[in-house]
Amino acid sequence: MTNQTRLTHLLRWLALSALLFWLLLPLIPLLIWSFAFRWPFPLLLPESWSLRAWQIAFSARSGMLAALWNSLVIAVAVTLVSMLVSIPAGRAMGMHRFRGKRVVEFLLLAPTIVPPLAVVLGIHVLFIRYGLADTRLGVMLVHLSPIMPYAVLVMAGVFANYNPEYEEQARSLGAGPLRTFWYVTLPAIFPGMMVAGLFAFLISWSQYITTLLIGGGFIKTLPILLFAVAGANDTALTAAISIIFVIPALLLLLLTARYLTGEDAAAGGFGRV
Amino acid sequence: MERLRPYLMLSPALLIIMLFFLGGLGVGLMRSLNYMPIIGLTEPNLDAYVGILTDRTFLRSLGLTLYIAIASTAISMTLAVASGLLLRRSFRGKQVMTFLFQLNLPIPHIVGAIGILFLFTQGGFLARAAHAVHLIEQPADFPALVFDRYAIGIIAEYVWKEIPFIGVVVLAILQAVGDEYEALAQTLGANRWQRFRHVLLPLILPGVLSVSVIVLAFTLGAYEIPFMLGRSFPQALPVLAVRSYTDPDLNQRPQAMAMAIVITVFSTLLILAYMELSRRIVRKE
Repeated sequence: MTNQTRLTHLLRWLALSALLFWLLLPLIPLLIWSFAFRWPFPLLLPESWSLRAWQIAFSARSGMLAALWNSLVIAVAVTLVSMLVSIPAGRAMGMHRFRGKRVVEFLLLAPTIVPPLAVVLGIHVLFIRYGLADTRLGVMLVHLSPIMPYAVLVMAGVFANYNPEYEEQARSLGAGPLRTFWYVTLPAIFPGMMVAGLFAFLISWSQYITTLLIGGGFIKTLPILLFAVAGANDTALTAAISIIFVIPALLLLLLTARYLTGEDAAAGGFGRV
Repeated sequence: MERLRPYLMLSPALLIIMLFFLGGLGVGLMRSLNYMPIIGLTEPNLDAYVGILTDRTFLRSLGLTLYIAIASTAISMTLAVASGLLLRRSFRGKQVMTFLFQLNLPIPHIVGAIGILFLFTQGGFLARAAHAVHLIEQPADFPALVFDRYAIGIIAEYVWKEIPFIGVVVLAILQAVGDEYEALAQTLGANRWQRFRHVLLPLILPGVLSVSVIVLAFTLGAYEIPFMLGRSFPQALPVLAVRSYTDPDLNQRPQAMAMAIVITVFSTLLILAYMELSRRIVRKE
C-alpha cells in the first residue's frame, strides 16, 4: 500500500467517524439523562444515577402505558387499513393502463407536497360537524392520507414486476379467487406489503399535530404525552419517554429490514417519520 | 365491466384522498375566503389574505420558513451525497457503519428535536464539553444554538434526520451502478474529481433530486421541530398558523386557514421550480 492510498484510507475513516458521531450524538444525552438523578453543569456525567425516571414512566400516574396503548391501537389499525387499500390500488397502478391514470397518480402523490397542517385545519372543521373531532376514529382517519402515497407507491412497484400468469394457472387448476389470492398472490407480494406496512406504522406512530388538533387533547398518544412532559421541565422523564417512544419503531425496522432493498422509490416513506 | 376494474380497485384509496385530503384542503380554502354557507357566510372575500400579507409578523415568518427549508435541504443533500460516496467502498467495519448510518431513519423527528435540545442548550452536553476543554467558563458563555436568530437548532435537527434518508437513496443508486463506468473513465485518464463530476454525479443526481423534494416539502410544513427549537418571534409559519387557529378569538381562524393555504402554495411553487431546475440540470448532464 502506497503512502497516498494509506492517507486516503485514513481520511475516509476519519470523515466517516465524524459523520456517524454526529448522527448518533443527539441520542447519547437522551440515554444518559434517563438514568441521571443529579447532573449539574458543568459535569460531563451525572453526579448520581437513579431509575427514578423509568419508575415514574411505568407508573400509572405518568399515563405512559395508556398513551403507548393508544398509539399502538391507532398505528396498527391505520396500518391494516392502509395495507388493505394499497393492494388493489397498487395493482391498478402497477399493472393496468387506463384513462386518467396520470390524474390518479397526481392525486395519490399530492399529499407528499401539501403539508399535513394545511389539510388538518380544514378536516377539523369537517370532523366537528360530523362528530369525528376528539375521537380515536377521527385521529385514525386523519393519519391515513399522509400514508397513502407511500403505501400505494410501494405496492405499485411490487405489481409492476409481478407476473399474473401464475394466477391464471392456479385458476385453471380450479382454485377460486380467494385461494388464488392466498396461495399465489399473497406470497409474491408479501415483502412489499411488509415495507408498505412499515411506512404506514411509522408515519402514524410519529404524527403529532394531526393527532393534537383532531384529538383535541382527548386522544393521548405517545407523541402528545412526550410534548406535554418535555414542556414540564423533568429532563430525566422526558428522556425516558423519548426512549420508550423510539423502541417500537426501531424493533419494527429490525423485523422488516430484510424486505427493504432501498432501491424502491418507496424509501420516501422515511421522509415523513 | 373490464374497463371499470382499475377504477374500482383504486376507489378505496381515492376515497381516502378525496375525503381526508382534498376535503380538508377545500374546506380550509373556503374558510380562508370567509366563505361558509352553512354558517351564513355566503360572500367570499380576500380579507384574511390581505390581513396576513400586510402583517409584518406573517412576512417575517414566511421568510424564516423559506430560509429554514432551503438551507436544511441543501445542506442535507450535499452531506448525504458525500456520505454515500464514503460508504460505498468496501472497507473493514463497513457493515457496522452502514447499519449505524441508517439507525435514525425510524426515529421520529420529535425525539431528534429533544436530543438536539439536550445537546445544544447553554447548559447542555456541548456546553459541558466546551467547559471541559476550557473554552467557556459558564453556561451563558456558550453561543445560542437553539431558540436562536439563525434557526441553527432547527436546521441541525433536519440535517441530522435527513442525511441518512437521502443517503440511503444515494447508496442504493451507487450499488446498482457498480464500478465499471468509473473504471472506464479512469482508463481514459479521468482524475478523481472528473470521475465524480462527469460520471457519478449525473448518475445519482436524478434520484437525489427527486427524494429531496420530500425533504423540502417536509421542512416547509413541519410543526413540531420549529415549535420545540425555534424562537418565539418570528415563528415558523406552521407554528404561527396553529397559534392563530387555536386562539380563543375565533375571528383569527380564517387567517390561520389563509396561512395554511399560503404554505401550500409556496410548497407547490417551490417544488415546481425545483423540479424544473433539476430537470434542466439533469438534461445538461
